[in-house]
Amino acid sequence: MIETRSHKELLPHLFRQEYTKMTAVLCRHFGLKYIEIAEDIASETFLKAFENWAINGIPENPTAWLYTVAKNKVKDYFKHISVFETKIKETIKPTEFEIEQDFEFSDQNISDSQLAMIFSVCNPINSTESQICLALQILCGFTVEEIANALLTKTETIKKRLQRARTNLRNNNFQLKTLSETEIKSRLGTVLKTLYLLFNEGYFSKTNNQQIRKDFCLEAIRLTLVLTENSLTDTPQTNALLALMCFQSSRLEARTNDKGESILFDEQDRSLWDRTLIEKGNYYLVKACNGNEVSKYHLEAGIAYWHTTSTDQNKWKHILQLYNQLIFIEYSPIIALNRIFAFAKVYGYDKAITEAEKLKLTNCNYYHELLGYLYADTDFDKAIYHYEQAIGLTKSKMEKQTLTKEIERLREKKHLLT
Amino acid sequence: MKEFALIFRLKDIADFKPSPEQMHERMNWLASIAAQNKLVDKGNTLLPTPGSAKIVKPNNVVTDGPYTEIKEFISGYIVIKADTIDEAVEIAKSNPIFDQVGGNIEVREVLKRD
Repeated sequence: MIETRSHKELLPHLFRQEYTKMTAVLCRHFGLKYIEIAEDIASETFLKAFENWAINGIPENPTAWLYTVAKNKVKDYFKHISVFETKIKETIKPTEFEIEQDFEFSDQNISDSQLAMIFSVCNPINSTESQICLALQILCGFTVEEIANALLTKTETIKKRLQRARTNLRNNNFQLKTLSETEIKSRLGTVLKTLYLLFNEGYFSKTNNQQIRKDFCLEAIRLTLVLTENSLTDTPQTNALLALMCFQSSRLEARTNDKGESILFDEQDRSLWDRTLIEKGNYYLVKACNGNEVSKYHLEAGIAYWHTTSTDQNKWKHILQLYNQLIFIEYSPIIALNRIFAFAKVYGYDKAITEAEKLKLTNCNYYHELLGYLYADTDFDKAIYHYEQAIGLTKSKMEKQTLTKEIERLREKKHLLT
Repeated sequence: MKEFALIFRLKDIADFKPSPEQMHERMNWLASIAAQNKLVDKGNTLLPTPGSAKIVKPNNVVTDGPYTEIKEFISGYIVIKADTIDEAVEIAKSNPIFDQVGGNIEVREVLKRD
């Protein structure tokens, strides 16, 4: 249906889809040191498309058009360099650019380059925050403004973070051309963690911009899919992570209302859950269970799986068991609190309150929200107290609003009963 | 924070094989310690059964055991962290199983050998 689409609609879409791939292929060709050159060439290519398509209309195969132009630009670039080297500098010495000029934007090369790019961006020399920013920019093609908005951080901060991280990457001289098996194996853990956090950044994002949240999640899925397409990175853990992402994304539509307010799990409209994504999740979870490995991604995917089923009587028992195992692997306050929620569903709210109070996470808003929730039916004053604590601790406006409404509801209820 | 080993002793070997319900309770108890970020090592079960337990004594004497000669036998251990031994004792008290089957939990501060 290309004829009916104007180039103004098509280009942003193609840009998001192809820009990062193009950069990855060019980077693999030039080396990571010259990432800026690769990005310039890719940007110029899209600029040319924008100008050309406006006058001549959209070509029959827009993607092929883009890659041909990119290739020509690379050739021009080499010509320019060699003119510079021979005529202007008048010294002929071997340059770093003596790389063969012939390369293809073939599917194989694109997917290999993307894989290599993922591995170079997820480099432990950078902090995890920086890795996520880099991934968003280099692997997913988001602008600095989009990243800053989504992470609720100042544009300047993100810019600086990215600059520092890029300098680190250039100096680190990570080999993009030939990824060795040992390198892949030793870094896969970091890569999976970054993709996991990238996904969570979208799924639990503080921003109310629904579109950007969805984009983050879908990009994380796309990159994890790239990993499953290569036999070296298609491990049980990778599949477990992908299953987790599919299950979680299946509820993206149902999680928020038109105003961007979040809807509690129990109140979600299940018809909005995406069945196709749930089935994909099942498929990758089965693949992940090939072998004896149980990673935190397996456990989280297992929990997410049970959440997609609505009727099973023992659902919460299974979820509690998975949370038990998860907390052994990795302590985090959020896992501890989620575990109590499952505990409450199995053993009742009274016992859960005793368990929850042992955690003593008094500086955490979610701790107070959970206790408020657990007390809400039995002790209005305590519930209100905890919700008020949570309001004081949270930074999210939306959360404050939801909690204030809940306190009002409890006050009314208390008034009616006394 | 200090580390403490909780050493579990059972009275009756028949109690060694817990029911599924007891297993769940034990898991929940362990996870509850982990959820407080106080679990250092979830430890292991020590098998007391014939073929899995022996006692080595001086002069090359090896006996089956320990179940043949002492009433209480060690069934397992975990390592937790706590500020004081009293706190560690409180955690031990919250174990749901030993109340049901008898036995005891020994709480011992861990002194690390470097």
